[in-house]
Amino acid sequence: MKTWIANWGNYPKMESDVRYFTFKEQLEELMKSPEPFIPRGNGRCYGDASLANTTVSTLHFNRILSFDVAQGLFECQSGLTLDKILEVIVPKGWFLPVTPGTKFITVGGAVGSDVHGKNHHVDGSFSNHIIEMDVMLADGALLTCSPIHYPDLFEATCGGMGLTGMITRIKFRLKKIETSYVNQKQLKAKNLEDLIRLFEEYKSFTYSMAWIDCLAKGEQFGRGILIVGEHAKTGELNLKQAKKPLMVSGKPKITFPFNLPSWVLNTLTVRIFNFLYYGKNFKPKIENVVPYEPFFYPLDAILHWNRGYGKKGFVQYQFVLPLSSKEGLIRILKRISAEGLGSFLAVLKVFGHQQSMISFPQEGYTLALDFPVRKGLFPFLDELDTIVLKYGGRLYMSKDARMKPEVLFKGYPQIEEFRSIVKKYNPTGKLSSIQSHRLLLTGN
Amino acid sequence: MPTVLILGASSDMAIAISEKFASEKYNIQLAARNSKRLEAFQSDLAIKYDSKVSLHEFNALQFDTHPGFFEQLYVKPDVTVCVFGYLGDNEKGINDWAETQKIIHTNFTGAVSILNIAAAYYRTQQAGVIAGISSVAGERGRQSNFLYGSAKAGFTAYLSGLRNYLFRYKVHVVSVQPGFVYTKMTEQLSLPPLLTATPQQVADIVYNAVIKKKNVVYVKWFWRYIMLIIKLIPEFMFKKMKL
Repeated sequence: MKTWIANWGNYPKMESDVRYFTFKEQLEELMKSPEPFIPRGNGRCYGDASLANTTVSTLHFNRILSFDVAQGLFECQSGLTLDKILEVIVPKGWFLPVTPGTKFITVGGAVGSDVHGKNHHVDGSFSNHIIEMDVMLADGALLTCSPIHYPDLFEATCGGMGLTGMITRIKFRLKKIETSYVNQKQLKAKNLEDLIRLFEEYKSFTYSMAWIDCLAKGEQFGRGILIVGEHAKTGELNLKQAKKPLMVSGKPKITFPFNLPSWVLNTLTVRIFNFLYYGKNFKPKIENVVPYEPFFYPLDAILHWNRGYGKKGFVQYQFVLPLSSKEGLIRILKRISAEGLGSFLAVLKVFGHQQSMISFPQEGYTLALDFPVRKGLFPFLDELDTIVLKYGGRLYMSKDARMKPEVLFKGYPQIEEFRSIVKKYNPTGKLSSIQSHRLLLTGN
Repeated sequence: MPTVLILGASSDMAIAISEKFASEKYNIQLAARNSKRLEAFQSDLAIKYDSKVSLHEFNALQFDTHPGFFEQLYVKPDVTVCVFGYLGDNEKGINDWAETQKIIHTNFTGAVSILNIAAAYYRTQQAGVIAGISSVAGERGRQSNFLYGSAKAGFTAYLSGLRNYLFRYKVHVVSVQPGFVYTKMTEQLSLPPLLTATPQQVADIVYNAVIKKKNVVYVKWFWRYIMLIIKLIPEFMFKKMKL
């Protein structure tokens, strides 16, 4: 039965036959059936990476297999979402080693996109913390892979967008915490120069990211707020917090009830939002201890916030540029500012070094921006792609819905190796998405 | 901690019911064919809810193994929930006695066989709750699924009689009448969203009915009235309808 599905950006939308499985044997049957499909978790990538005519959802394959509380080792099936993991591990004094800005993603998705978090410059991406995982290949065989066993399969599965096979089991290391609170600092930066200086100054902090106002011009060009933090120690909590030092943060309270008409978001409203957001911090520096929820997942508090971009949806554009290419970053920001295509959520972060085949992070600056889908957007993004490539950068496939294959091929030096590994384990394109076809990663 | 026995523990509905009871601090006995494949589910419940979860091999169609099955339960359950069922293929069943038998024996004979044993035990204990998941399909036979429906009709009547019989022994029996439920059994059907329950909704209703000792519960509640109307249609009209 076909249903309409879309990922978080609500662009593109398509009809798909969504299949579920609870047991491995059922997945094996799906693997042996003739229709090609793409594995799909909670649909929180932004574009078309987990869209296809047939999708196989992992959401019913979501069981915890083991949790070693002494060693901090966690093992689960691929459809388990991070929010469920936090509910179990936080009260026992453990945290996710790496988490993206939403907890509503599956572990399988975390591996398939090889997600990064605010701690990338210290802890790397999610795949750095995997001990081993099971992947079911297109022929139904189940292989256990790790950096030592079937390293080619392991490397191509981390960040490989589900094209090597279906991840069924993942075992990974957790991070020890004394409390579930975060000691955070917010620092106002007057302009881009100032912001980059602050990143440098505060790079010893485990967690860091910045919100940036991409519409500000002149002396205020690139102004923003740097947010850094550390897991709080017991002694840093106030009396009330200290009563429940390992509290699981609350459930979301607000739901965005409908799609906002697309005209609501325009240069003026974004400008006002940015003015208020920047202005809300009166002091240049704020320091406080907050629960992990607002620090790591500020937007999870509003369910369906993506509806704010209207029913045409939006595209999230995330690129990374090498540290030496600050000039490229400036050029792109100026281009966006000139075009008046401001985004409510423009997030800047500095990535640390990373050695991987197809994962997105590489050492440098990464900027993520939301653009509502409208006429003229795609040619504009093509133009940005050219700048990104010119300065040695690349785009994040999990956010992508529109890049041209040459942009991917030029940005990822090991792409041919990746393609040959996909070909080896998934020779007929049994696992494929509309993205993998567009980017020439599957098929001929 | 009290214990609940889930008969037919592999289905989506059974999994949701087990999880609900575990979250309410019950130990769980999962009984199913090929119970080894429930290991992931066993570890999951044990880790999430700190409950004791055990796996038991059980086949509804092997009636002669039922006494031994109940006998070997080291801890006897306080609550027994009978979830297993088989929709089957009505059209196939009409021409295939094996299919018909499977439908009748899974939904009716097998359920009666194991619940008689549980009932006898609870009677001697003067305590206990039995919950049976029947179906609204058992309230009036329809051309599309009357083999399943008639077996469920038998099961519904059995539960009602058993409730009456066990009342004076302080044992309670709940009849659960789900309408449409989103499960693997119905995955390829296009069901009306308003009338269709999730397995979690069924689980919440089963748990509440057990705790509050309700007699007959519907999921969702308006199915009671839908079925009332369907039962009121005169037979001379009903036989011409395509339901």
